[in-house]
Amino acid sequence: MDFGPYFLLATLEGAVGAAVLALTALGLSLVFGVMRIVNVAHGAFFMLGAIIAWWVADTLGAGPMLSFLAALIISPLAVGAVAVLAERLILRRLNYNPESTIVATIGLLYVIEQVALMTYGPDARPVVAPIDFRVQLPWFGYSGYKLLVIAASIVVMLAVWWGLTRTRIGLMMRATQFDSETARAFAIPVDRVYGGVFAFGAMLAAIGAVLVVPIQQAHYLMGNDPLLLSFIVVIIGGLGSLRGTVLAAVIIGLSDGIISVFFSPTLAKIIATLVVAMILVIRPKGLFGTQSA
Amino acid sequence: MLTVENINCFYGHTQVLRDFSLAAEAGRILCVMGRNGAGKTTALKSIMGLVRPRSGRVMIDGVDIAALQAEEAPRHGIGYVPQGRRLFSELTVGDNLEIGLMARGSGDDVKEHTLDFFPALRERLDQRAGTLSGGEQQMLAIARALCLEPTVLLLDEPTEGLMPSMIARIRDVVLELKSQGVAVILVEQRVDAVLQIADRVLFVENGRSRDTVEAEALRDSPDMLDRYLGMGH
Repeated sequence: MDFGPYFLLATLEGAVGAAVLALTALGLSLVFGVMRIVNVAHGAFFMLGAIIAWWVADTLGAGPMLSFLAALIISPLAVGAVAVLAERLILRRLNYNPESTIVATIGLLYVIEQVALMTYGPDARPVVAPIDFRVQLPWFGYSGYKLLVIAASIVVMLAVWWGLTRTRIGLMMRATQFDSETARAFAIPVDRVYGGVFAFGAMLAAIGAVLVVPIQQAHYLMGNDPLLLSFIVVIIGGLGSLRGTVLAAVIIGLSDGIISVFFSPTLAKIIATLVVAMILVIRPKGLFGTQSA
Repeated sequence: MLTVENINCFYGHTQVLRDFSLAAEAGRILCVMGRNGAGKTTALKSIMGLVRPRSGRVMIDGVDIAALQAEEAPRHGIGYVPQGRRLFSELTVGDNLEIGLMARGSGDDVKEHTLDFFPALRERLDQRAGTLSGGEQQMLAIARALCLEPTVLLLDEPTEGLMPSMIARIRDVVLELKSQGVAVILVEQRVDAVLQIADRVLFVENGRSRDTVEAEALRDSPDMLDRYLGMGH
């Protein structure tokens, strides 16, 4: 294949990665932005989303479309419920202390991973894609489902943006993000906002996982790479900045995809880490960061 | 209307309020005075539930809000203008007002009524709050609190760092609210401002509420100012 079509293929692969990464990183960024919590268990929520998606599809045994749609609804809700429990039972009791919650979410990551290993097992298992068609380009055919993943990610991100900027719940979240004490003085139920944001962040990771599981297969360690890349994206974008997160996800996702196709996935991670270091030297608060962590 | 009864508050192991009490009445202005670090700001925060008293009661309309979540104070009609304004500076003026309106489900009529106090804000509803001048920010902080239709208004040093014309405007607004029956609790350092506006003055010393005196009497007793504030008058 010539360089041009090969580059186009690599870019499309990168765009799919960026779409899923943007959703996952958006969840991490929201949790950090509003709660000031570095959620190390975010990758575990991603993995849990994929495994539950497989379980729903396998249990239901219906056609690919119905199974996938059921997974797309049930999996994020289930992961959100686990996140609410974790927030109530662990984070709230630690008074959302930044240092303690890092340790606690590391523990949560291990617990979720080990429970997944004990119940789901070490195997990688696929979910059948809900649609099976190829978009035929002049040089190659490309999976229609992967293009659907990109579109779905854009729709979800636009919905999140709309929710944050155009609804009362979004206003409460933003007020809590900027000054939680003053938010309380205006009857904003900060504890409930925290619970909701933590659950919503986990649900975004789960949606990303459900979208990716027909491409990648569900595995109990599959959350580690998305966690690492999400941290890179959130740091580059500026901690707590949503538009920075989306832009950084596109940059990192595309470069990761393109470099992985042309060279190797390992080199892609090395370059992404170098990009983080360089950006932090030039802009210590990231591309759109307004405050230090 | 609002009574604080023997509350004790701590920051960690440090006690900042000791058996602190006060009473605010409808249509009267109570000024709280004391040296820096005396506990004035903590007293307001404890009324709002932002610093939770370990003992004592904060009663409004027969309800002890010290025993409830912090969100209950505004729902019971207590408006708060914190020291340093504490606006949501990344949000617009309109969003800041909306947050005040949401606290008690007030409608746009309340917003319009509030903006009548501060017409300058009407033209800046889409502007980010952090880009306003200091005086406009203070107007917004007060307007935000008025949006929840308070029956009790807590103001923590609202004139700090403002030019005289703005101080006069804020004084007029506070007097207007008083005439509408709002109970005002004002923490203020400037003695001249206090003597102009207050009905009663509560002195705070080392976290304890001391004497409450009529402002009228205070004008004739400079020794009390000297005793609590360390100044002649």
